Amino acid sequence: MSLFKVFDISGSAMSAQSVRLNTTASNLANADSVSSSIDQTYRARKPVFAADLDKALSHRQESVGVKIMGIVETDKPLQKEFNPDHPLADAEGFIYKPNVNVVEEMTDMLSASRNYQTNVQVADAAKQMLQQTLRLGKG
Amino acid sequence: MTISFDKAFGIHQHALVARSERAELLAGNLANADTPGYKAKDMDFQAALSQAQGAQGFSLNRTNSRHFAVELAPPGAVQYRVPTQPDTGDGNTVDVQAERTSYMENALQYQASLEFLNSKISGLLKAIKGDSM
Repeated sequence: MSLFKVFDISGSAMSAQSVRLNTTASNLANADSVSSSIDQTYRARKPVFAADLDKALSHRQESVGVKIMGIVETDKPLQKEFNPDHPLADAEGFIYKPNVNVVEEMTDMLSASRNYQTNVQVADAAKQMLQQTLRLGKG
Repeated sequence: MTISFDKAFGIHQHALVARSERAELLAGNLANADTPGYKAKDMDFQAALSQAQGAQGFSLNRTNSRHFAVELAPPGAVQYRVPTQPDTGDGNTVDVQAERTSYMENALQYQASLEFLNSKISGLLKAIKGDSM
C-alpha cells in the first residue's frame, strides 16, 4: 500500500529538516563565540542532504526519502578582528570570530521550518486518506 | 442473477491504487525539496490506471544465483517533470508550490473515488436487504 510509504518518506524529510534546524540553532547560538586562536573557533555546520538512493535501488520504488549524508563544517574564512582590549585577544591583539552568516542562517531556518510544515501536512493528508479507506462501506 | 463486484465497483477500485501511488511519488518530491540534484517526478495517470486495471507485473525466474535480478518496471508510468525553472543552482527541480497543490488535488480525487465506492456499496447493501428506501 503506497499510502503507508508516504509516512516513511515524509518522516525522513521531517527528521532531516529537524537536523537542519538543530545545526542552524547551533550556528546562531555560536555566532558571537569569539576565541583567541583559529583552531578553537566555531565554524558553521551544515547538513548534507541526499536522496535515499540505497532504498530506491533495493526496493525498486520510484519515490525516495531523504537521508543525511553527514554534517560538514563550512570552510569559509574566519573573521579576524584587531581588538587588543578583548580578554581573549591573542599575543598580537587579534580575536577570531566564527564564519557564521546570520542572514543565511535565518533564511535556512525559515526554509527548514516551512519544509517541515509541508511534510507534516503531507503525512496528515495521507492519514486522512487511509482513515477514509478504512471506513469504506460503513456509510 | 449474480452481482459482480468487479463490475459494480468499476474503475474506481483501480483509480484508488493509482492515486495512492501518485500520492507516494508527490510526497517523495516534497520530501526532497531541499536535496541537491533531486529531479521531480510524476506519473502518467492514464498509463498508471490502465496498468492498475491490468495488474500484471511480470518477473523473470532466476535459475542461477549469479543471474541479475531483472525486474521490469512497468512501462511509462513514472516520468520526470519538465522544470519551470531549469536552473535552481543545485540541480533540484522541485517546485514546492506546484507539488503541494498536485498532492492536495490528488488526495481529493482519491476521496472522490472513495465516495463513489461508498455509494456503490450502500446501493448493493440496499439491494441485498431489500428494504424499500
